[in-house]
Amino acid sequence: MTGIDGGEGGAIGGEPLLLGVRHHGPGSARAVRAALDAARPRVVLIEGPPEADALIPLAADADMRPPVALLAHAVDEPGRSAFWPLAEFSPEWVAMRWALEQEIPARFIDWPATHSLVWGRDAEAEGAGSSDGTEDADPIDVRVDPLAVLAETAGYDDPERWWEDVVEHRGGGTGDVFGPFLALEEAMGALRETYGHGGHDKDLVREAYMRLQVRAAQREFGAGVAVVCGAWHVPALRQKASVAADRALVKGLPKVKADMTWVPWTHRRLSRVSGYGAGIDSPGWYGHLFAAPDRPIERWMTKVAGLLRAEDRLVSSAHVIEAVRLAETLAAMRGRPLAGLSETTDAVRAVMCEGSDVPLSLVHDRLVVGDVLGEVPQGAPAVPLQRDLDRVQRRLRLKPEALERELELDLRKEIDAGRSRLLHRLRLLGVAWGEPVASRGSTGTFRETWRLRWEPELAVRVAEAGVWGTTVPAAATARAEADAVGAPSLADVTALAERCLLAELPDALPVVMQVLADRAALDTDVGHLAQALPALVRSLRYGDVRGTDTHALTEVAEGLAERIFVGLPPACAALDADAAEEIRRHVDAVHGAVGLLGDAAAAGGASVPATDGAERTPGGSLRARWHSVLRVLCGRESVPGVIRGRAVRLLLDDGELGQDEAARLMGLVLSPGTPPADAAAWIEGFVGGGAGGGMLLVHDERLLGLVDTWLTGVPADAFTDVLPLLRRTFSAYEAGVRRTLGELVRRGPGEGSGGRQAGGGAGLPGFAADLDAARADAVLPVVRLLLGLDDVPGHRGADDNDLAGVGR
Amino acid sequence: MSVTVEPMPVETGETTPAQALRPHAEDAFAGELAALAAQDDRPRPARWKLSPWAVATYLLGGTLPDGTVISPKYVGPRRIVEVAVTTLATDRALLLLGVPGTAKTWVSEHLAAAVSGDSTLLVQGTAGTPEEAIRYGWNYAQLLANGPSRDALVPSPVMRAMAEGMTARVEELTRIPADVQDTLITILSEKTLPIPELGQEVQAVRGFNLIATANDRDRGVNDLSSALRRRFNTVVLPLPESVEAEVDIVSRRVDQIGRSLDLPAVPEGIDEIRRVVTVFRELRDGVTADGRTKIKSPSGTLSTAEAISVVTNGLALAAHFGDGVLRAGDVAAGILGAVVRDPAADRVVWQEYLEAVVRERDGWTDFYRACREVSA
Repeated sequence: MTGIDGGEGGAIGGEPLLLGVRHHGPGSARAVRAALDAARPRVVLIEGPPEADALIPLAADADMRPPVALLAHAVDEPGRSAFWPLAEFSPEWVAMRWALEQEIPARFIDWPATHSLVWGRDAEAEGAGSSDGTEDADPIDVRVDPLAVLAETAGYDDPERWWEDVVEHRGGGTGDVFGPFLALEEAMGALRETYGHGGHDKDLVREAYMRLQVRAAQREFGAGVAVVCGAWHVPALRQKASVAADRALVKGLPKVKADMTWVPWTHRRLSRVSGYGAGIDSPGWYGHLFAAPDRPIERWMTKVAGLLRAEDRLVSSAHVIEAVRLAETLAAMRGRPLAGLSETTDAVRAVMCEGSDVPLSLVHDRLVVGDVLGEVPQGAPAVPLQRDLDRVQRRLRLKPEALERELELDLRKEIDAGRSRLLHRLRLLGVAWGEPVASRGSTGTFRETWRLRWEPELAVRVAEAGVWGTTVPAAATARAEADAVGAPSLADVTALAERCLLAELPDALPVVMQVLADRAALDTDVGHLAQALPALVRSLRYGDVRGTDTHALTEVAEGLAERIFVGLPPACAALDADAAEEIRRHVDAVHGAVGLLGDAAAAGGASVPATDGAERTPGGSLRARWHSVLRVLCGRESVPGVIRGRAVRLLLDDGELGQDEAARLMGLVLSPGTPPADAAAWIEGFVGGGAGGGMLLVHDERLLGLVDTWLTGVPADAFTDVLPLLRRTFSAYEAGVRRTLGELVRRGPGEGSGGRQAGGGAGLPGFAADLDAARADAVLPVVRLLLGLDDVPGHRGADDNDLAGVGR
Repeated sequence: MSVTVEPMPVETGETTPAQALRPHAEDAFAGELAALAAQDDRPRPARWKLSPWAVATYLLGGTLPDGTVISPKYVGPRRIVEVAVTTLATDRALLLLGVPGTAKTWVSEHLAAAVSGDSTLLVQGTAGTPEEAIRYGWNYAQLLANGPSRDALVPSPVMRAMAEGMTARVEELTRIPADVQDTLITILSEKTLPIPELGQEVQAVRGFNLIATANDRDRGVNDLSSALRRRFNTVVLPLPESVEAEVDIVSRRVDQIGRSLDLPAVPEGIDEIRRVVTVFRELRDGVTADGRTKIKSPSGTLSTAEAISVVTNGLALAAHFGDGVLRAGDVAAGILGAVVRDPAADRVVWQEYLEAVVRERDGWTDFYRACREVSA
């Protein structure tokens, strides 16, 4: 019984009018409005936390635009919170607006958030950090889904479709406005007889609380009481229970100080389960059903056509007509009263999308879910994020000041590390309070410098960021995850990963890493991959400094390196000078990154010369595989000279290639058969790039001799072509190196002791012609100590290589 | 003015269904169709032998109230069949798209058999299909003797379907030259076929419709004009949903082919078949079987049909040159050939797949080595 049968205006019988609804059901919303219009109650009671009563008038505010959510949070612990999302088509919202329009009181009658917030803590022991801790607020859950049971009884495999057919699609306005509620109540009553409270003992308490509230309202307003609540609760509210019994049930509940406010919500988040529990997959479709005055299918198809046209797909009115026909015929064939979402989707796919799921996913994203963002008026109470920020600011003794100032942080100190984390997190959230600036003085990774300035509009930014969560870390995590999914390029995701590490958001890392791995897998441009790798490896180092777990990061970085190894050789073919120069930079960056990565994976792997990349050597084989890639590069004629030269140089530096072999390769390139421009590029790659290259020539006169011989053999007309390249190569050297080289050339290469010389250039003024072995040996222990090579037995060749490496 | 076209005269010595190497769908499943027609009490569109609901049941299989079991003709999403049948009921033409080996022709034949009771009104599309195959031709002896007349006209299957309100089929629509394809536009939009030589036209009778199949991987051959395309409702037939289903299809077909080629039976090969199917599926879907790692997809189709040929090839190799057991080395070369269609881009895709996925996988070492050997 719904309490009234006639529905005379204002004259409601003794019983309250119970309107059982499906949360976020447009059909329910329409039916609720019709029932309220017919019954004209004097007070509307709505399922929801009573602390929000004071916030109800804001719903009529001109700036209030659903979807919005009621947010309850514990005052001392903003992370403990619950949301009650309301869309335009939510029956609760409709009831609230109806009451405001009629200027009659509306009240929330569920148990107070004061209790539900703290009870949520008992349910999930570890839930302190979760942003929406109340999955318990609604009876509809996996254990007993009353709709699923009803739908199954009716022969439907999908409860959503059953609900659509039986409730959402019943035409509003005709016939008995209370009939559907009556039928639903009976069905729910039968269900609850079978299933009891469905494993939710909290429901008993909540329903006792609701009964008490309904009774209080009845005392105050007499018969004119209407209740809008989840259909599941209707039989319990109808039930006659003694006031004393109900009082006993709600007595002595645990409490926490709770605060409520409105926050903007999005359609996308309506699909999340919280507060009212029932998440919905197609808020956009429901919104359309609710908003469309008539012919919903025709209007929907027109919308879809509009969207596809905006995306430059050819969709004519004929398509719309055919899609509507197909949807309706499909519905008839499936024995449904009206075409639903699945029929319209099938029709759109077959008629407008040529059977393809790609444009269809666009329709799903933009229309079926929809990008609607709610708005909340200025007058709404502050969001908990702001409170959390205040608390953290107090704890870290970091006051917001309008005056710009610089802040030096030493990350080894607890409080400074906390400040750094906070500033990084706020930056992720778009609250640009602090800007990192380059540290003066020290370049250590434990030092950070920030420029702080609190602008008034940052408060607005904080309020906006409130949609992401109730505490700074939770909000930053959610924001980082969303950013990762939406990031346009691979490098953006890598940068984001770096920022997540800096901001210490380990919870966001798995998502970011997954996105990163996916992007890397699909990116066909080796350049992008090579750009991403160094930042990732740098992140690994930060992770080490800050003691976060970087295992996942290492895995992704290694995967990235593998892809670069495979893709690099083909990417080096057919390049012009600029592109070759760019790849050379990538090769350098990857080389450095692989070196660091190799250290992380397994030390010592580099000293094992790899004969074949196919060998499944464990761990440190990453370096070995990189070396084999370099070997491929330096031996391939189609690879530009600058890259080949660089590859030889890197192999030489790593001790993978003997000096003799390097000299042989150089001789090959500098032989008369090679075009001079190509040879000059090779030299640029081999000895270019700063002091290291010059030192190599200083130390190995044979190489210098080769260059010298080649240069004198370059024909006059080709010389002007190679000159700019050579000038670029040699002008980058430090003055000392240039002078030494000049001395060597003037003296004439090949003089002195000949062949290979380790040590200072013979014949330099003030130096003996030969190495003083005794004095050199005396330095070795110190060098070894500096390089951390204590455990490595003294080995002449290795030391030479390392010396060359130091100079790089 | 419209004309009626008489059915083609039955030629003497025509093969009876029982003797046929491959009987038509309506003959092979005559019993099921009859049982469905007897039980079917739902409304039927004009000239349909069954209601749309019964047609869907015929394709998807089921048990009738009287206990008759209808065997499933198409194993796949119910949605696809429902959309296809509904399309035919709305007098829109149906275009079945899919990569080779997704049962397009099979579905179209059974749809025609169930809807019209006749699956033989068929135009096979080739690069040489002339306009006459879609419109009409002339019997030149008659034409020369008596001048243009209805008797001298040789109707195409499409023309006959229009005149009799039947379902016509066009196979491999995209292989037909574009100008010939476009003759379908008038037929599908105006539902008439003018015969200017006689000043007459053939108007389609209610119940006429057309099912076309096309391979969506050779779009480049003769892409449909947008005018023609928008006269079709398109249904894409998907590849097998799960590894198990695909392994089942591959091993069954391989077994059949192997028997006709007199290859020795190799029951131990099932693991290798699973591996081939896994590789094909992973590269096709662009994600590993555990759904955790994304990978690039090569340019080739990697259809089930190709997996079957890779395994058959491997079996022949194992039988004639190996020890009779299907091993990784026997399928590696075949897989490489199927995957690497474009030597530059696909090779990178394949090597990435080898290094990032295959190398790390437990128990795949032999396969990795074999693939490295042939890829080198």
